[in-house]
Amino acid sequence: MKATTLVIALLAAVAAGCGSGSNDTLTVYSGREEELVAPLFEKFTDATGIDVEVRYGDSAELAATIAEEGEHSPADLFFAQDPGSLGSVESQLAELPASTLELVEAQFRDADGRWVGTSGRSRVIAYDTEALTEDEVPDSVLDLTDPTWKGKVGVAPTNASFQAFVTAMRLSAGEDATRQWLVDMKANQVREYEKNTPIVEAVAAGEIELGLVNHYYLYLVRQEQPDATVENHFLRSGDPGALVSAAGAGVLASSDQAEDAERFVAFLLSDEGQRFYVDEAEEAEYPLVEGIEAKAGLPPLADLHGPDVDLSRFGAEHEATIELLRETGYLT
Amino acid sequence: MSRGAGNRAPLALVAVAGIVVSLLLLPLVYLVIRVASGGRALEVLGESSTWRLVWNTLILAVGVVVAAVAVGAPLAWLVTRTDLPARRLWATAGALPLVIPSYVAAFCLLGFFGNRGLLADALGVDGVPELEGYWGSLAALTLATYPYVFLLTQSALRNLDPSLEEAARGLGATGWRTAIRVIAPAIRSAVGLGALLAALYTLSDFGVVSLMNYDTLTRAIYVQYKSLFDRAPAATLALLLVALTAVALVLEYRARRRGRGYRTGPGTPRRPSIVRLGRWTVPAVAFCAAVVGLFLALPAGVLAYWLTRGIASERSLAVPWSEALNSVTASGLAATAAVAAAIPVAVLALRYPSRASRTLERLSYAGNALPGLVIALSLVFFAARYASPVYQSLGLLVFAYVVRFFPQGLSGVESALEGVNPRYEEAARGLGRGPLRTMASVTAPLARSGVLAGAALVFLSAMKELPATLLLRPIGFETLATEIWSLTQVGAYSRAAVPALALIVVSAPVLYLVSFDRRLESGSSG
Repeated sequence: MKATTLVIALLAAVAAGCGSGSNDTLTVYSGREEELVAPLFEKFTDATGIDVEVRYGDSAELAATIAEEGEHSPADLFFAQDPGSLGSVESQLAELPASTLELVEAQFRDADGRWVGTSGRSRVIAYDTEALTEDEVPDSVLDLTDPTWKGKVGVAPTNASFQAFVTAMRLSAGEDATRQWLVDMKANQVREYEKNTPIVEAVAAGEIELGLVNHYYLYLVRQEQPDATVENHFLRSGDPGALVSAAGAGVLASSDQAEDAERFVAFLLSDEGQRFYVDEAEEAEYPLVEGIEAKAGLPPLADLHGPDVDLSRFGAEHEATIELLRETGYLT
Repeated sequence: MSRGAGNRAPLALVAVAGIVVSLLLLPLVYLVIRVASGGRALEVLGESSTWRLVWNTLILAVGVVVAAVAVGAPLAWLVTRTDLPARRLWATAGALPLVIPSYVAAFCLLGFFGNRGLLADALGVDGVPELEGYWGSLAALTLATYPYVFLLTQSALRNLDPSLEEAARGLGATGWRTAIRVIAPAIRSAVGLGALLAALYTLSDFGVVSLMNYDTLTRAIYVQYKSLFDRAPAATLALLLVALTAVALVLEYRARRRGRGYRTGPGTPRRPSIVRLGRWTVPAVAFCAAVVGLFLALPAGVLAYWLTRGIASERSLAVPWSEALNSVTASGLAATAAVAAAIPVAVLALRYPSRASRTLERLSYAGNALPGLVIALSLVFFAARYASPVYQSLGLLVFAYVVRFFPQGLSGVESALEGVNPRYEEAARGLGRGPLRTMASVTAPLARSGVLAGAALVFLSAMKELPATLLLRPIGFETLATEIWSLTQVGAYSRAAVPALALIVVSAPVLYLVSFDRRLESGSSG
């Protein structure tokens, strides 16, 4: 009977789809966008002969996936957008070799050595160059509660990078000052967006004058709109809004290919892996290994001084940040 | 209603339907495990913000349902039962928004309105109002859901036995009175089902409300999951969504119970009678043009604009063939599996009606308002632990689609079965045929188009599905939806327009199965 044939064919197709995931392939969960980091995986395979399979997704969703998978996770390595996502699955990550960890300054890696930063990004204020000169842009996020900026500032409360900034502010300026700032910003009619890219676009379009974002979104928006009237302003040293954070990687403790996974982390921190952000990547992140200069036009990483906070606490602190954002009406 | 009630359902049928429904309920089991695991599960219920979310979610769902019915039902009537000019064109264009993913629609609406939108650009003015928040979500979700009401109503109108209307006319009722007194009650169950699908879609949607910046339960569930540690509050919120689903199901069931019309005449439908619009022609055309303009031409136009901007910037705009093939494969398997799974549940509920069989059928909807992320994580939980060989296989992805979109397949099968008068089946049984042979030889041919329509609905939804696809697809298995996602992640709209348009082009022919079914048959039978 025709229907039976069809059903058998379908079952065969489904079964064929089941046998994925061979043993000598490295499985990476990447919260970093395919558009940005896919060449890195190819370079690694070229350099080592190790094949890589990548599951792309949102960093936090992949962290939740790793948590649900528990020790059955097929992932060997977690390559994430932010310290918070890495920190949240810290208990499932293995300690990295000291030789790898030491390539990166202590501020950009986990205190227990379970993940290491692989590229840096600074929080900045993106400003509308048609409305403002750089001198007019505040040097501290604390000044944004001034009535001058009423209704002219954009933030992305559901976005991990904004939440990390709030965590940094809580840890540096304290809980009460942060709450007050959030309340004052609300009162100053801060505008809310889904994530960083729409904020930069809104600044370019003159919908708002200032946006709190990571520095590299400017370059992504310029890809799409080469003559966008928007620039980055780096904030005063020590200001909570000057947070310098990292994307990073960690090896799953449940991995049966820990050695290859560690090689991958080492590759990300190798000359080739780090120069990628300087020579090739469109979005101009900061290399974190000493001796490799950032892309021309960016202030050197050594000159950027964010608030004095420990990125390895961000995972554990995340929930309190969410709670504060909820109390102050940014999240529900 | 009482027909067949005395029959006992075959045990095999009960067993198969029972297995199907239990599998569909896996996400609920997961949620109960998560809530029971402690954390702040119950505290959440005491917070006023939770109840504000429930309220926000409710008013959005009610708004979308009202708008979807207000758009979909009149449109269906106009294109099937009136002398509206260019009916076939409106019928096709009116159904097409079903192939546009709602997150793409939201992007397009956001890109069109507001000060940085295309409209302000084109007019060279400031002060174009933004379409966001509640109204933006309402617009995008109406776009995504009114086609359900439209298509189901359209097929009910086509299936409606013209002899009922002829009788009404013979008794002296005018065209309008016939429409109201005879047609409205007869299509009530189709409209109700469409409204239910619209409500469930709205409850589970994340893409639109997140882009439009409107807080609902589903958005809060995502935020809560991303707060990374305590998963119990998210599970509690998800169970609240299940409770809202239950309310929607009860309402729909009540609406459905009141009106049901089996065809009494011959199996092949006759061409229905046509109402002359007369001086209502112009408003009717204006209505159709407004619907098609806002829900089809606008998003398509914005995508086309982004595409031309991409071509002008000389970036590579490769046609995503392999992604399209993957989308079609996974969605095709999902459509087949969903309908196959729906048949036993529908047959049991409609041919052996009892409290138990009805309850089983209703239960199959329970998880349907859950966000894709929750369904995905629940399957991650079970498959990674207890079924690792199928974890991250195509089979599990297809299963996730079936769990998410089962009611759409079920709706097709049920409406098909409702259109088949059980007397024919009884006659066949009376002539000594067994239940399975009766199904195959009598019911199946009559129900074919409805079943295909259900499969097509599942197919189209699976083509657009994103959150479960991201987490459950085999590694490296890129679909058109994941491609759109990965490009919009980095703000590359001009390149994202390519897979978005590809998704629309690939899906559109499938609409033919839903919207052209009866015309083909009535055409061939004269």
